[in-house]
Amino acid sequence: MKRRVILCWMMACAAATAFTATGSAPQRARVPGGTFATVLPPAAEQKTATVAAFDMDRTPVTNAQFAKFVAAHPAWRRDRVARVFADPGYLLHWAGPASPAAGTERQPVTRVSWFAADAYCAAQGARLPTWYEWERVGAASQTVADARTDPAWRQAILDWYAKPAGKTLPDVGQGAANFYGVRDIHGLVWEWVLDLGSMMVSADNREQGDPNTSKFCGSGALTLEQKDNYAMLMRIATLSSMQASYTSTSMGFRCVTDVGARP
Amino acid sequence: MKWSMVWLALGLHLFTTPLVARDADPPASLYHLEASLTGQDGAALGLDVHRGHPVLVTMFYSSCPATCPLIVDTLRATERELSAPQRAQLRVLMISIDPERDTPAALLELVQTRHIDTTRWTLARADAATVRKIAALLNVQYRQLPNGEFNHSTVVALLSPTGEIEVSSNTLGQADAALLARLRR
Repeated sequence: MKRRVILCWMMACAAATAFTATGSAPQRARVPGGTFATVLPPAAEQKTATVAAFDMDRTPVTNAQFAKFVAAHPAWRRDRVARVFADPGYLLHWAGPASPAAGTERQPVTRVSWFAADAYCAAQGARLPTWYEWERVGAASQTVADARTDPAWRQAILDWYAKPAGKTLPDVGQGAANFYGVRDIHGLVWEWVLDLGSMMVSADNREQGDPNTSKFCGSGALTLEQKDNYAMLMRIATLSSMQASYTSTSMGFRCVTDVGARP
Repeated sequence: MKWSMVWLALGLHLFTTPLVARDADPPASLYHLEASLTGQDGAALGLDVHRGHPVLVTMFYSSCPATCPLIVDTLRATERELSAPQRAQLRVLMISIDPERDTPAALLELVQTRHIDTTRWTLARADAATVRKIAALLNVQYRQLPNGEFNHSTVVALLSPTGEIEVSSNTLGQADAALLARLRR
């Protein structure tokens, strides 16, 4: 009986390895550089963002992938992590300090702080995507690079937001590949971005005109564009409410690497 | 004879080991971050450069036209409210959010123009990834604008001698009352 369990485990591992090693697509998808209309304009007079080409993980990081990282970097075990880097919820759903529950290996890892996600990507020679990089990929549907004005596309995302979170998450990779070949950018988990600390969205947009009540120096909080685009604005609202040590049962991440030199 | 050598070696070891080891830092200590900073004199520093002292930590950029002069003024206003012994204990660490322009030379220039006492104050720079992590620890929000300027929230954090945030202040232009109360304890 015990041997059969071990055999099954080995076969599952072999299958998982085959999926990543010999799958039809490499781990990351190429996203070409370009300029696009952003919901988070860099300045009042500039409504577009420009990103250089980058390669993005096709799927969010899984529990199995994160477990491998934790094994190699024990400082990120939930029983050893410094509280300053992760709140008490960090990896709390795992079976043990270094092992996810059986059957959850291919689910996206959640309950990871920004610091932990940042360290994971650095260990892969990668980094978290910036908001603009995430937004560029998040704007795509299966067929077009920017589907944000498509009512059906918006509604599909809002339907996911409205759906109560189930007890267990689906495995990664089940969503359809989008225009760039990236999966699960919507419909599975929220995702950390590198420049979390730059989402300076004022809690109350009315503050913006009044420097006396504004929390920020310089020209103040950002003005949001495309105010009817709740699908994207929900992301920003969620991210801007998170601090870097926070963890959440619905917040995961994926990594990117640069392609050549940045402009 | 042999044992006395062992005790001597052990004594030397204890003597040369830092009094407060990294592992012994409290869970909420910012000093868990292994950060490589460079001071205004070009020296390599850690975030714990002022370990063992109460430290006021803030983030700034030296080409800032308005707010950053005000940050130095705020720190000085805080120091003025302290007794001489309290002031002698206090340290200040200002970390730049602008790694591109804030070279050690640029920091040194600010030290000179503002007549900053570097026996107790340190101005430092770090690479962009390190700046991001320190800002996250201090809950400083910042964003570079297309014209090269920065938007940023202003935080002056008081760290304990072991690196825990004791008070975090957004007050600018005058000494923060909560911060002073803590420093005077």
